[in-house]
Amino acid sequence: MAAEELTLQGHIQHHLTNAKMCSTDAGIEFNKACSEAGFWTWHIDTLAWSIGLGILFLMIFRSAAKKADTGVPGKLQCFIEMIVELVSDNVRDTFHGKSKLIAPLALTIFVWVFLMNLMDLVPVDFLPAFAGWVGATFFGMDSHDVYMKIVPTTDLNMTVGLAAGVFLLMIGYAIRIKGVLGFIKELTLHPFHASNPVVQAILIPFNLLLETIALVAKPFSLALRLFGNLYAGEMIFILIGAIGLFQLPLHFVWAVFHILVIVLQAFVFMMLTIVYLSMASSESH
Amino acid sequence: MELALGLKYIAVALLIGFGAIGTGLGFGNMGGKFLEACARQPELAPSLQVKMFILAGLIDAVAMIGVGIAMFLLFAA
Repeated sequence: MAAEELTLQGHIQHHLTNAKMCSTDAGIEFNKACSEAGFWTWHIDTLAWSIGLGILFLMIFRSAAKKADTGVPGKLQCFIEMIVELVSDNVRDTFHGKSKLIAPLALTIFVWVFLMNLMDLVPVDFLPAFAGWVGATFFGMDSHDVYMKIVPTTDLNMTVGLAAGVFLLMIGYAIRIKGVLGFIKELTLHPFHASNPVVQAILIPFNLLLETIALVAKPFSLALRLFGNLYAGEMIFILIGAIGLFQLPLHFVWAVFHILVIVLQAFVFMMLTIVYLSMASSESH
Repeated sequence: MELALGLKYIAVALLIGFGAIGTGLGFGNMGGKFLEACARQPELAPSLQVKMFILAGLIDAVAMIGVGIAMFLLFAA
């Protein structure tokens, strides 16, 4: 795009573009040179921020766990205990199978997604402008060529990655509890039953279609729900920032609403994960 | 070229508008029932509120997906 930098469209496009890295014929390339590179283009800003926030989560929780004592708890221990208790209560109420993996999985999903969503409350221009300054002073790049998005969950790759992990776990739990045969039976013999085997055989394609759609809709909706909420939120932040001085009260209002959305979306992702895994590991119907 | 641009704007408007209608009806119904239930049994209010927020996240989902796609169409495509 010519004259990309100084128009509103250009500014918005700049803030909506991830930092890419790919390997082309000319070696490792970044950003604009990646437009021909095809599927294996890495969004290094998403990767860096999500892995960094994951490590932060692990460090904080591990330090609280090591210093935990049964006497008078400190503030960090209290806070971590509140979160763990919330997750544990929800898992106990919702998950009707037996597994030691579910509660730590739910805790990880909740805190990690919440931390990634929390990056959306940092003003949109701050860290990318800082990255642009770093690029200009230390690497001699034009600061408009530095792209960085700090909210990993506004990248569809991140949310689909999380949902794909949950999907694999769903199938894994179903096969572990019911066996491969039981899993296939569940896909082909519900919801239409017939006692006559010939009629049953005819109904199998319909059952398979319905059950497959239901099965695939779960991770699909998980990924898109989180992505849609966060992308729209970030987009509105960028747009509010573009209207001049009036933006301050609007920013405040939207940010307060967004605090609710952040926590809610992380919580809903966690609850749905628990519910889907509970459905997958129980004798249903 | 301009026809495509005009149609794009109409598409964005339809996406956001219809999503809003569905979400409004859904939240209205759910909120009404929640308030009724709280009035009948106030001791259940905290646990019902948690469940209400979960449902809110689910009802919002497809409308938000629509908004996400609409924003993408408008500014990045």
